[in-house]
Amino acid sequence: MTILRLEHFRVAQLEAFDLCTENEIVCLSGPSGSGKTLLLRAIADLIEHGGEAWLDDMACSRISPVKWRSLVGYLPAESAWWYDSVGEHFINRQSPYLEALNMPADSLNWQVSRCSSGERQRLALARLLQNQPRALLLDEATASLDPVSVQAVETLIKEYVQQNQATVIWVSHDAAQAKRVRQRQLEIQGNRVIEVAL
Amino acid sequence: MNVIALSTLDLSMAAVLVIILALLSIVLRLKLASRIIIAAIRTVVQLMLIGLVLKALFATESLLWVSLLAVIMLLVAGREVMARQQRRFGGLWGYGLGTLSMFISSFTLTIYALIVVVGTDPWYTPQYAIPLLGMMLGNTMNGVALALDRLSNGAWQQRTIIEGRLMLGQDWHTAISDITRDSVRTGLIPIINAMAAAGIVSLPGMMTGQILSGTEPVEAVKYQILIMFLITAGTGFAAMLATWIGARHLFDERQRLRLERLTSNTA
Repeated sequence: MTILRLEHFRVAQLEAFDLCTENEIVCLSGPSGSGKTLLLRAIADLIEHGGEAWLDDMACSRISPVKWRSLVGYLPAESAWWYDSVGEHFINRQSPYLEALNMPADSLNWQVSRCSSGERQRLALARLLQNQPRALLLDEATASLDPVSVQAVETLIKEYVQQNQATVIWVSHDAAQAKRVRQRQLEIQGNRVIEVAL
Repeated sequence: MNVIALSTLDLSMAAVLVIILALLSIVLRLKLASRIIIAAIRTVVQLMLIGLVLKALFATESLLWVSLLAVIMLLVAGREVMARQQRRFGGLWGYGLGTLSMFISSFTLTIYALIVVVGTDPWYTPQYAIPLLGMMLGNTMNGVALALDRLSNGAWQQRTIIEGRLMLGQDWHTAISDITRDSVRTGLIPIINAMAAAGIVSLPGMMTGQILSGTEPVEAVKYQILIMFLITAGTGFAAMLATWIGARHLFDERQRLRLERLTSNTA
């Protein structure tokens, strides 16, 4: 069981708020520029923020940032790649998640520059999951995917949450997708993060 | 063999060449005439002044005055390093980073050369100390400026990649390692090339000067080798130090990339 807890959490223009998620998928929506990405980046401790984030009994500010970021995995909308081939980004050049993401096994031998944005997005998810994060922060994880791949990603994330007792905050503009995957729904209205009753 | 002293007339005849160049640049509309003349005048004034300073310094042989001149040289080199960077750290860091690295590297190696290698007595004998330090600082300055420029520009351009690596749980050192390696290499290439070309493509200035003033060529060559080794090591150590401290300062205590610590030098 994983509990991700935010306490008086404050970033950019957003008012401080509390949140406690426990082994579930929480969707987050709000207009462009409302601070969704900033919020996820702050939870991953990539930018300065107020308040405290907890993973179980570990306070973010008390453990090393390296450890925190491997436990709280952030998937940005645009993934970064720094080696020429895909496989060099993976431990031992292998990943157990390729099949579930509709990616061929030899995709690890591909050149990053020749992958489409959709392929990169799925490979970035596979790369993130190799850390076995306990909490996942997904930023428009399926934005550039075709419907079949969208479904594959949704299924994989749901399975991952079940099998690893993980918890997820998922930024999505797609209301239908949110309905399919969420247990709870958050929304940014103005400067406030509020929970929407389902 | 005695040096043939140059008269004012001799120098004027050389100056005529620079004036001809300036006139040519007016004809060709290079817009360089005033810059050539100003730079030429600066050369005369600055070198005359340093000539007088060195004359007085050699006469006194005082540690205090040698140190004072050394510090002034360091501060000017530090300013030069800062001015040559397109993006640099804001505030005191912008000036301090290069200056500190050069201080640690150049001063340590110069003192090592004076005491251990050459064995001057006293160790701060200005005829040796000042030219040695001058050559150290001049080259170290180039290396540090190149390395830091590469570091800050690289971090700026590749911020997405650095943050992408941090997100996956890499530490700051690994996340920026491609850029730091590149920076040190950039700082070191010119001096490595100079070592490789020495004597074949170029006759180094110091060696030439010693030969002109009557030193045996083989003795002059030995000094040149000493200098080459010193400045290569000095440039390398300073470039590594500046790159490492600079890279560390691009991240905060939570290992977040803090590019706002860089300011753009648009001048």
